[in-house]
Amino acid sequence: MAKISLGKGINMGLRAAMENDPKVLIMGEDIGKLGGVFRVTEGLQKDFGEDRVIDTPLAESGIIGTAVGLALRGYRPVCEIQFDGFVFPAYDQIINQVAKMHYRSMGKLKMPIVIRIPFGGGIGAVEHHSESPETLFAHVAGLKVVACGDPVDAYWMIQQAIASDDPVVFFEPKRRYHEKAELDESAGATYPLYKAKVVREGTDATLFCYGPMVKTCLQAAEAALEDGRNLEVVDLRTIAPLDLATIFESVKKTRRAVVVHEAPLSLGTGSELAARVTEECFYHLEAPVLRVAGFDTPYPPSRMEEEYLPDLDRVLEGVDRVMEY
Amino acid sequence: MSESVPGIAPEVFAPVKAPVSPTQASEEVEFVQLLTPEGERVEHPDYSFDLDDEAVKGFYRDMTLVRRIDTEATALQRQGELGIWASLLGQEAAQIGSGRALNKKDMVFPTYREHGVAWCQGVDPLNLLGLFRGVDQGAWDPRDNNFHLYTIVIGAQTLHATGYAMGQQRDGAVGGDPDNDTDGEATIAYFGDGASSQGDVNEAFIYASVFNAPVVFFCQNNQWAISEPIDRQTRIPLYQRAAGFGFPGVRVDGNDVLATYAVTQQALKRAREGSGPTLVEAYTYRMGAHTTSDDPTKYRLSEDLEYWKLKDPIERVKAYLTRSAGVDSDFFDAIEAEADGIAARLREGCLSMPDPTLTDFFDHAYVEQTPQLAEQKAQYAAYAASFEGEN
Repeated sequence: MAKISLGKGINMGLRAAMENDPKVLIMGEDIGKLGGVFRVTEGLQKDFGEDRVIDTPLAESGIIGTAVGLALRGYRPVCEIQFDGFVFPAYDQIINQVAKMHYRSMGKLKMPIVIRIPFGGGIGAVEHHSESPETLFAHVAGLKVVACGDPVDAYWMIQQAIASDDPVVFFEPKRRYHEKAELDESAGATYPLYKAKVVREGTDATLFCYGPMVKTCLQAAEAALEDGRNLEVVDLRTIAPLDLATIFESVKKTRRAVVVHEAPLSLGTGSELAARVTEECFYHLEAPVLRVAGFDTPYPPSRMEEEYLPDLDRVLEGVDRVMEY
Repeated sequence: MSESVPGIAPEVFAPVKAPVSPTQASEEVEFVQLLTPEGERVEHPDYSFDLDDEAVKGFYRDMTLVRRIDTEATALQRQGELGIWASLLGQEAAQIGSGRALNKKDMVFPTYREHGVAWCQGVDPLNLLGLFRGVDQGAWDPRDNNFHLYTIVIGAQTLHATGYAMGQQRDGAVGGDPDNDTDGEATIAYFGDGASSQGDVNEAFIYASVFNAPVVFFCQNNQWAISEPIDRQTRIPLYQRAAGFGFPGVRVDGNDVLATYAVTQQALKRAREGSGPTLVEAYTYRMGAHTTSDDPTKYRLSEDLEYWKLKDPIERVKAYLTRSAGVDSDFFDAIEAEADGIAARLREGCLSMPDPTLTDFFDHAYVEQTPQLAEQKAQYAAYAASFEGEN
């Protein structure tokens, strides 16, 4: 078994998908010779050629709009958006075209497009490079939205997303690109794409998280042991649709829930999760569902991002609140 | 205005007299024309029409029938049977000429006004009505007729066309196979003068150019984007924009079906051969309102309309066929009768369209239904069922 980084996991997943299906092609800015600004597509153009690994003009709506046409022609485009804040020129094509094509054609046309977006902060970047826009996509009927949180998931989930006949917005935690884990490719994908995963079993409260916050929450759960608290950590993995069965099962067991995400608090993933849990687990709850999240401001200048982003201490403070309620 | 701008030649910077009013502009407009408004055949050094009079009769039939379809749809809207209709009145030659230049394997990406191109591609006119009646969002299967669904968002389809053309390229379908006598494939994107201002259209030009995609950008410049005249979109003739993107642009008399056929055919041939995109600007006029919800009397002069009536795309073909091709009234009468038959069928079909059921549409949002949506559907179905038997 090889130890790989999360970025390498996606790279290997893309390679495997391209080897398995000649209709898979990838497109984006600087993804060819450079291998992408995060090197996620490194070596792919050399091995698959310029027709399947397409360096596009610097026009995001063009990336997604041409991907729609390629998908209509029978291809399975994987589009890289260079940074989270740069997806918005393509928002119209994603919302009005990609998401709705299956519906408006009454099932005749499929959009097997994957839109990869490195997301989240913590890398000391300038503005527009640290955003968490996942619910702006999760709110849109027709799209599926997932986020990987570790290298093994990165490898399998990108392949599952490419195999999906529905369009998938695939969020990659950019500050975790260099996190490493053992990957056993021969094991096969043990988890379906649209399923949450209990990454740490516990009894006292559940931390729900995804993407970059998975590591943060696992660290918080370790630290909480010092306070005598045994926390469960659930990596949601899929934001749209949420895997409610796994969420409800965990809440019914621990009776307390804290949702953690970098995205701003209001109308974030935590809002939908809290509403669902309230509907289904009302009599199981010992406390309201609480949220630890980014603030309802634009993402701040990076010298302040440590304060803005939920970290171990803020997660534990949330745990204190849910335990003492 | 003759201010000098460093680095820009004055003749480029000076505002081109915009063709707001055709009475001002038409004499200045240069375009490819092969049949005058009076029905006289004229030659052009670069474009020739090489079909016989039978083909011209076919064009006449096409244009007459789609105008009748269009008129009937407008009437259906006026009677409350359609929510809205986007009329093609005046643009029949642009659509039939370009539509008839397509080969079987070519792919079309229309706006919501391309009823004539739909006709050429064999889409049942009745299927066009569903979107405007509110029973569906496009009932035809685009793969059956190589005619994509109508796109409402202005200009978005030009990128889809470019991507599709990039797919044709990757499939090895460009360049054809001389051994098998195949021509190769191309894609055509329809859009209007208003759309030329959209970012998507400009991005489509760039993608098509740098990837040398086999796509024809067919712009019907009908002078009006709802109430905004062409000078609100451009200071130079639209076809000249192509030069800046690195491919040829040509302006054609959009009311001349022979010229639109010839020009589009050449552009498609170029694309199929692997020589890349072309911008065709079909210079025409929107004789009707933008849609049935619009009121053009608020923003344009009736003189313009009178002027353009003299350039009618159908009348000039009729004049040609009568005077130069010896076609008699039996031919024209037969087509009128055929048009009446189509209109009657359209009306009857429209009135008997079944109303859709919301619960059926839950299933179309995703290929793989989500548990949440399945639950919503079940809850709504139960709720709706609770009213059954009530009035």
